[in-house]
Amino acid sequence: MNLTLKIWRQPDAATPGSMHTYQVTDVSADMSFLEMLDVLNEQLNAQGEDPIAFDSDCREGICGMCGLMINGEAHGPVTTTTCQLHMRTFSDGETITIEPWRSEAFTVLKDLVVDRSAFDRIIQAGGYISVNTGSAPEAHSVPVPRDDAMRAFNVATCIGCGACVAACPNGSASLFMGAKITHLGELPQGQPERDSRVVGMVAQHDHEGFGGCTNIGECAAACPKEIPLDVISQLNKDLRTAMKHGH
Amino acid sequence: MAIQNTERTLVKGARATSTTVFLKILMAASGLVFIGFVLGHMYGNLKAFSGEEKFNEYAHHLRELGEPMLPYEGFLWIMRVGLILALVVHVACAASLWHRAKKARPIQYQVKKHTGAIFASRLMRWGGVTLLVFLVWHLLNFTIGKVNVNNPGENEQNPYLLLVDTFDVWWMTLIYLVAMAMLGAHLHHGFWSATQTLGLTGSVRTRVLAKRTAFTLAVVISGGFSLVPISVLLGIIEK
Amino acid sequence: MTDMPDTTLTPDPSHVAEGHPLSDDAAGYYTPGSPLVDTKAPAGPIADRWQTRKFEARLVNPANRRKLDVIIVGTGLAGASAAATMGEAGYNVKSFCYQDSPRRAHSIAAQGGINAAKNYKEDGDSAHRLFYDTVKGGDYRSRESNVYRLAEVSVNIIDQCVAQGVPFAREYGGLLDNRSFGGVQVSRTFYARGQTGQQLLIGAYQALERQVAAGTVQTYTRHEMLELIVVDGTARGIIVRDMVTGEIQTHLADVVVLASGGYGNVFYLSTNAMGCNVTAAWRAHRKGAYMANPCYTQIHPTCIPVSGSHQSKLTLMSESLRNDGRIWVPKKKEDCAKDPRSIPEEDRDYFLERIYPSFGNLVPRDIASRAAKYMCDEGRGVGPEVDGVRRGVYLDFADAIQRLGKDAVEEKYDNLLDMYERITGENPYEVPMRIYPAVHYVMGGLWVDYDLQSTIPGLFVTGEANFSDHGANRLGASALMQGLADGYFVLPHTIRDYLADGPFEKIAEDHPAVLEARKAVEDRIEHFLTVNGTRSVDSYHRELGNIMWEYCGMERTEDGLKKAIDLIRSLKDDFYRNVKVLGTADSLNQSLERAGRVADFFELGELMCIDALNRRESCGGHFRAESQTEDGEALRHDDQFAYVAAWEYAGDKPILHKEDLVYTAIEMKQRSYK
Ligand SMILES: Cc1cc2nc3c(=O)[nH]c(=O)nc-3n(C[C@H](O)[C@H](O)[C@H](O)COP(=O)(O)OP(=O)(O)OC[C@H]3O[C@@H](n4cnc5c(N)ncnc54)[C@H](O)[C@@H]3O)c2cc1C
Ligand code: HEM
Ligand code: HEM
Ligand code: SF4
Ligand code: F3S
Ligand code: FES
Repeated sequence: MNLTLKIWRQPDAATPGSMHTYQVTDVSADMSFLEMLDVLNEQLNAQGEDPIAFDSDCREGICGMCGLMINGEAHGPVTTTTCQLHMRTFSDGETITIEPWRSEAFTVLKDLVVDRSAFDRIIQAGGYISVNTGSAPEAHSVPVPRDDAMRAFNVATCIGCGACVAACPNGSASLFMGAKITHLGELPQGQPERDSRVVGMVAQHDHEGFGGCTNIGECAAACPKEIPLDVISQLNKDLRTAMKHGH
Repeated sequence: MAIQNTERTLVKGARATSTTVFLKILMAASGLVFIGFVLGHMYGNLKAFSGEEKFNEYAHHLRELGEPMLPYEGFLWIMRVGLILALVVHVACAASLWHRAKKARPIQYQVKKHTGAIFASRLMRWGGVTLLVFLVWHLLNFTIGKVNVNNPGENEQNPYLLLVDTFDVWWMTLIYLVAMAMLGAHLHHGFWSATQTLGLTGSVRTRVLAKRTAFTLAVVISGGFSLVPISVLLGIIEK
Repeated sequence: MTDMPDTTLTPDPSHVAEGHPLSDDAAGYYTPGSPLVDTKAPAGPIADRWQTRKFEARLVNPANRRKLDVIIVGTGLAGASAAATMGEAGYNVKSFCYQDSPRRAHSIAAQGGINAAKNYKEDGDSAHRLFYDTVKGGDYRSRESNVYRLAEVSVNIIDQCVAQGVPFAREYGGLLDNRSFGGVQVSRTFYARGQTGQQLLIGAYQALERQVAAGTVQTYTRHEMLELIVVDGTARGIIVRDMVTGEIQTHLADVVVLASGGYGNVFYLSTNAMGCNVTAAWRAHRKGAYMANPCYTQIHPTCIPVSGSHQSKLTLMSESLRNDGRIWVPKKKEDCAKDPRSIPEEDRDYFLERIYPSFGNLVPRDIASRAAKYMCDEGRGVGPEVDGVRRGVYLDFADAIQRLGKDAVEEKYDNLLDMYERITGENPYEVPMRIYPAVHYVMGGLWVDYDLQSTIPGLFVTGEANFSDHGANRLGASALMQGLADGYFVLPHTIRDYLADGPFEKIAEDHPAVLEARKAVEDRIEHFLTVNGTRSVDSYHRELGNIMWEYCGMERTEDGLKKAIDLIRSLKDDFYRNVKVLGTADSLNQSLERAGRVADFFELGELMCIDALNRRESCGGHFRAESQTEDGEALRHDDQFAYVAAWEYAGDKPILHKEDLVYTAIEMKQRSYK
């Protein structure tokens, strides 16, 4: 199939960018979206035009490195990551608009590549359980009810891709935060630091320049790992509890 | 809550009360106060169907409520103060969150779909403003100014007749109906949002329940309020 | 080999394949070197060695730790766990990765699980049994002391991860669940659905970020190591490129740890991530670190086949599929393009069941992979034609669905079958799946002693980047175990002994050795940007991959390998003269990044072929057509090849140092699967 691509080009963080239009011909339906961009880049390279920069690493939907705004939807029309989106979901002659994640906290570094280090700092602000290597008790000393373990796992599958932020009209990272807070909050090991964790993470989130959540719900719809909105409720509840405990 | 822009520093001495989530909790609380009020208010308005003196009696009763412990209009003033406080908080938080949201996405998307969101959720802010404007007009109309657009200067001390006079004018009725539509939308998202903000929707079941309740509440309240103006216009309620 | 000064072995003719006297296929391609011995492994009973070493390794005074700078390249399981642990201990750690966050290291992609000798199932497991299985699985080509230690610390790993909040699968009673994995008889594999690697890495990542907050670790993301700084024979730092600004930076330290992962991408198509590379390890190799057993590659039979020349990477599907799926190809070539459902039973060749009646579809990874290759080479492969060949065989669930019912199959394999459908657009419940082998893991890597120290003092190597624990083949669920064992429990103890000599004299940024390393990097970048030829970096990488896959893949022959070496050499020359890299040095430039990686893959590929050529035996993942039993079984030659081949860099003619493998706690056996 042949496609028209409208792609955001920006040389670096300092220089303003703009949309450029490209044609790609005989795209195979079996290609992944990123392989389609590889093909375009080969074309550009041959023509002596700087290839389009975009992030990807595992290309199997688990590392969270890839992420593009495709026709106004984070990771495109299917509930999966950009690297697992395949061209058979598009039709011949279609025009596809490709933009980077847009957020004050995610600076565009080049073309479609953004800086998501804000997520790392949110984790630094409390997204962990403090246990030094070697000081751990025998694994079976603390049984965990299966359902709690299940819920913890389901939300621990967050890949930190940032699609939730990209999709949220408020540019909020609440789904990402809620996923971590729920993951650690469901486990007995996570209890001692539960209050300081939520307060620290939310404060860092605000500090980074993310917007406040107003429960719109576009984040959950965009999440490739189907993290549910409950985690935001959980986050709010934990914050309220922390407040009660004087944090 | 100014955004310290994206410096790569870690926050020291974080407090729960200085977070956006806290703002949302305040909004939820004030919002729920509003809901309580409008429910009661709607009940009062519906008394219009039981005729002039019942309605005025109610209005009068409101003012004597709590006597002799409270002075005349005492309860009313407590309520008013409460409402004004709630309004100030509600609007202030709304403004702050709105401001943050604008800053959080300096460059807009060329194309943006809103998968997963109900329209009402994105109407909250402008819808809220409309409600604010409406409220101002509404108070001039019925409480502070007692402006009677139909027969200027008449029936100022008779809420019932003032009401009938008002809604006999088609465009007044229209203004109110539009406002009620806005209110409905605001509550449709607002109530669910409040439950989520207060952390009551930690499971799929509770989430669905909250959303259904929000919808019903929205229909009942906007519908309930709208009955009176419509009935007046259609002559079901008359002098 | 007879001409070699260091052969201590006296060959036993009965073990030499007929017609092959002591062979030296690689003669002329390498220079024999002196033997190599691991001086750090303590003597004594194998079960006591680690305790002894931990005790003998000197301690570092807590007050001095802050003054000791540690560089750790890599934030995968091996790197993140080491950085977190060293940070907790109070050292001054700098952690590097090329991704935008430490959490994205390729460990994240591991699916199956992690082994540990917890014996929770009371099925007779023990450290000794795990040790035994690992050495056997490695086809007796790994170092026994290292493997025993690995098995020993495996139990602590699970405790540590659970305490960090890793959500392992649990039973109704709330205790941890286990499964049996990779054909072993005990259930010792801990897992978190199909995302074990992800969950373990997030645990290590969080521990790392905690240390960042505590100020003991500094992370440098989107920073690629391009050179090792060696001063007076010891590793003292690295040269990195800030991949965003293009700035070339010098980072000096007292010790350098490489946890930079595997180099499977030398084959271009593999299950590795796009960015996986050998650069960090190769630069160290060029500076004096020996590369051990580079030819040991693990090829995984159940991957999704290539769909076209656009293919950028391959996706693994759990081997468990082979438990219920039946593997076949059409008997007649002309049927290959047909709809498989239209091919009658009698025209189907269930080749694994035919050749290996007793094990059938469950033969080990390498046998299943090779058999599939033969079928496709015969022209009986299925699926789309890529470059004129159909590379794929059917994995058919029709019988299983009949036998167990669709629901049962769905319950067992749902997420896998969904993934398959998402990628191929075919519904495996109706059309048989297509699978083909793909490169998955490399057992080879930088040579390290028992302390995980390379032949360059002050350079330690952990995880997939070193060669230490898996011999010629790796058991399923053992790489995660090794990465975390190295990073959490081994390195932090062994590195002490080296650091105890500190504080070391500081090196100046303008020390000649530093400037020389910097210059080398800058010149290389300069070169790539000025060639301005006609071919893209990827096109070279793809071609190199084809050569490696064809001649140094599942089956290797003397002629093929010699041919491959010539092809690689000429392609490399062409690359340096004709590659086209656009953009600038001082900006985010992804083609420039790839150019550097591909350049190093050329040199590695050549060494892999030489190593494969030298090892005229079949063992584990390495199959030399010249060395097989009459029924196509891999045939080892312990008399000639029971050694680790550690290669010293010397341009076109690398120097081979042999470390003899002596087993005191286990005896060597030949395997058989007929
Ligand atoms: C698809 C797949 C499935 C697997 N499943 C299993 C399984 O079920 N069980 C099991 O035990 N094993 C499994 N493995 C193997 C296992 O995942 C890996 O061997 C192991 O995770 C390697 O960990 P590592 O820390 O050594 O390297 P990696 O996790 O690959 O980390 C490498 C790190 O080095 C950094 N790096 C590399 N080069 C540079 C450079 N030049 N400059 C700066 N930084 C650099 C990278 O940024 C990264 O942080 C699987 C592997 C794959 C590919
Ligand atoms: C069709 C809809 C409505 C009608 C017919 C209506 C009618 C009235 C009337 C008659 C009064 C005067 C009562 C009195 O003075 O005793 C009044 C007061 C008031 N109404 Fe409404 N109202 C409507 C909707 C609303 C809504 C939606 C709100 C809030 C969002 C609202 C807020 C108020 C307030 C705050 C007062 C003043 C109460 C006081 O302090 O005395 N009204 N309304
Ligand atoms: C008068 C001016 C008003 C303004 C400017 C306003 C604005 C807003 C805004 C911006 C929000 C946040 C959006 C969100 O949470 O999704 C909100 C939430 C809400 N509003 Fe209002 N609103 C107003 C009046 C009202 C009234 C009259 C009611 C009830 C009758 C009300 C009930 C609510 C509720 C329940 C919420 C949900 C709180 C939460 O999300 O936690 N608001 N409002
Ligand atoms: S919550 Fe979902 S969308 Fe957000 S970062 Fe995690 S995986 Fe991505
Ligand atoms: S879309 Fe945004 S507003 Fe909240 S619910 Fe999701 S973060
Ligand atoms: S590239 Fe790893 S998730 Fe897409």
